[in-house]
Amino acid sequence: METPLIELEHVDKDYDAGPVVVRALVDVSLRIARGEFVAVVGTSGSGKSTLMNIVGCLDRPTHGHYRLDRVEVGRRSGDARALVRNRMIGFVFQGYNLLARSSALENVELPLVYRAVTRRERKQRAAGALREVGLENRQHHKPNQLSGGQQQRVAIARALVTAPPLLLADEPTGNLDTRTSFEVLSLLQRLNRDNGITIVLVTHEADIAACASRVITMRDGRILSDAESPARDAGQLLRDLVDGATFSDSA
Amino acid sequence: MSAVFVRLWNAVILAFTAIAGAKVRTVLTVLGILIGVAAVVIVTALGTGVQERITAQIKSLGSNVIYIFPQANQSSGARGVRGAGRLTEADGKAILREAISVGSIVPSLQAQAQLVLGDKNVATIVVGTVRGYLEVRGFTIAAGSNFTETDERVKAKVCLLGNTVKQNLFGHEDPVGQIVRIGRYPFRVVGLLAIKGQTPSGDDQDDRVVIPAGTFRSRVLPTAPGRVHLLMASATHARTVSRATAQIEAILRQRHHIGPERESDFGIRTQAEFLRTQEEILSTLRALLVGIALVSLGVGGIGVMNIMLVSVTERTREIGIRMAIGARQGDVRVQFLVEAVTLCFLGGVVGTLLGLGVIYGLSRALGWSMLLSPLALAVALATSFACGIFFGSWPAHRAAQLDPIDALRHE
Repeated sequence: METPLIELEHVDKDYDAGPVVVRALVDVSLRIARGEFVAVVGTSGSGKSTLMNIVGCLDRPTHGHYRLDRVEVGRRSGDARALVRNRMIGFVFQGYNLLARSSALENVELPLVYRAVTRRERKQRAAGALREVGLENRQHHKPNQLSGGQQQRVAIARALVTAPPLLLADEPTGNLDTRTSFEVLSLLQRLNRDNGITIVLVTHEADIAACASRVITMRDGRILSDAESPARDAGQLLRDLVDGATFSDSA
Repeated sequence: MSAVFVRLWNAVILAFTAIAGAKVRTVLTVLGILIGVAAVVIVTALGTGVQERITAQIKSLGSNVIYIFPQANQSSGARGVRGAGRLTEADGKAILREAISVGSIVPSLQAQAQLVLGDKNVATIVVGTVRGYLEVRGFTIAAGSNFTETDERVKAKVCLLGNTVKQNLFGHEDPVGQIVRIGRYPFRVVGLLAIKGQTPSGDDQDDRVVIPAGTFRSRVLPTAPGRVHLLMASATHARTVSRATAQIEAILRQRHHIGPERESDFGIRTQAEFLRTQEEILSTLRALLVGIALVSLGVGGIGVMNIMLVSVTERTREIGIRMAIGARQGDVRVQFLVEAVTLCFLGGVVGTLLGLGVIYGLSRALGWSMLLSPLALAVALATSFACGIFFGSWPAHRAAQLDPIDALRHE
């Protein structure tokens, strides 16, 4: 096996919650190779969000090692981790987390602002990323003028604009209806397949997780199971859904 | 280098976007700084204006004038101040001859007297002196002419009228060539003095009549020949006033045979002393006003800090998003610092304009010249800039110290 993109070794994460110490992650070891589409599932409190924060370099493990692309990043300082997030990782959140007062294009430009890319180049690359998610006609819309699915696609474009090797999606379909969820998943699958981008997706819905090629189940801060699974095609699921709806409509 | 510039430029654009997004709040926030800067600008200009005015008034007393007057001392006994004097025109001539820093010197005798014209009767000050008096005291002739050397020698009954006296006796008529009575004797008016206004201590310099010294001694107040009440010397230059004073003192002590251990029988006062007192009062007042203005600037700055802290709390989620996307602590800090500086600088610019407007209005209303030096302008703007840095750094620090995970979770 080639060197993995993500490598966690015996990672613990403890939170100091007053008199007791909460062990959010206990001895988690994990390897994810380039080009994988991994779903992390678990109930709330299972530690999947903590795992996400550590993989996303938003947080540091209490013990253990985290290597991203062979570089130890678990011990890095705040600014160094900010740099890693900017260069290596794209984030997609449940609540989209777009800047409300900025247009779609400005939101997508944002990661490039912190790379000191010139204005013109930023605009070009942001427009390209929006085209990739099919929103080239919505560049100057504010988030509140866009539907939930469109907002999440803007967020995905923002994650893609720096062309990172890794995309982390934290409950990306949590606020979306089933049909829009499949649309977003279909987009993620296409990006994974065509661009070779590694995707780690956190969800608690089984049919969303079913679209990944590997499912990691967490419970009580530990990995309960880690298995390859036949990825279902979100596009097909979407077509089935639409056909079903049409069928039931005509019935 | 260019990367730093691009980052800074981005922060400035961001700051303007944020400021433009909350106009009412911006106006309210900036108001404190605006008033503070306007106050500093107005006070500075007012101070300069008042100073110029006082300087002009003092100049109107005569340039670099040194007053020498008789003063009682132990050796001359407990006689009246005037009586103590042995000051004579000869003293004046000696000073003019020997003191190299003295440009000119004139004698002066003064007395209160009644001036009569027809049925009008006014009390005024009669000054007995020589022609050079006008130059030393900075008077000019508005109509007619000064009296002549012959007038002085023959003790002619001629006089120059100050404007106040002329107004009281003649109204709008031309007094030149007319006859007025001083005490019992008729005097011909040969000239009218130009208006000089008040001294800084409030004396009307135009309420006087000037006549030759000899005439004064024989017709107004019987006085021994050569005796004077006052000698007025003018130094060759403002810088040589103190040197001239020292020379006069040395010459007079020698002429009056006063030993080194004894007190002088004369006193010397200069305009410079007067000027210094005035300036001390003025600068104290000015420091007080500038202090008050700075306090209001400080209060304004605290207002900006307050709003910036609120803004950081409100935009916690935005900060979280920016951090997740790759903003470093420095980026966040710069963003909020630039916003605070932009706010304060905006207030500074508008405050300066407001201040200039008020100065313009005031100077037109009062007829004073009030000038704001470019330096004061630059200082006002620089102060507002510094205010932004000073009062923005704590909110910016708070923003930069946020934890991205907590910030993202913030509702």
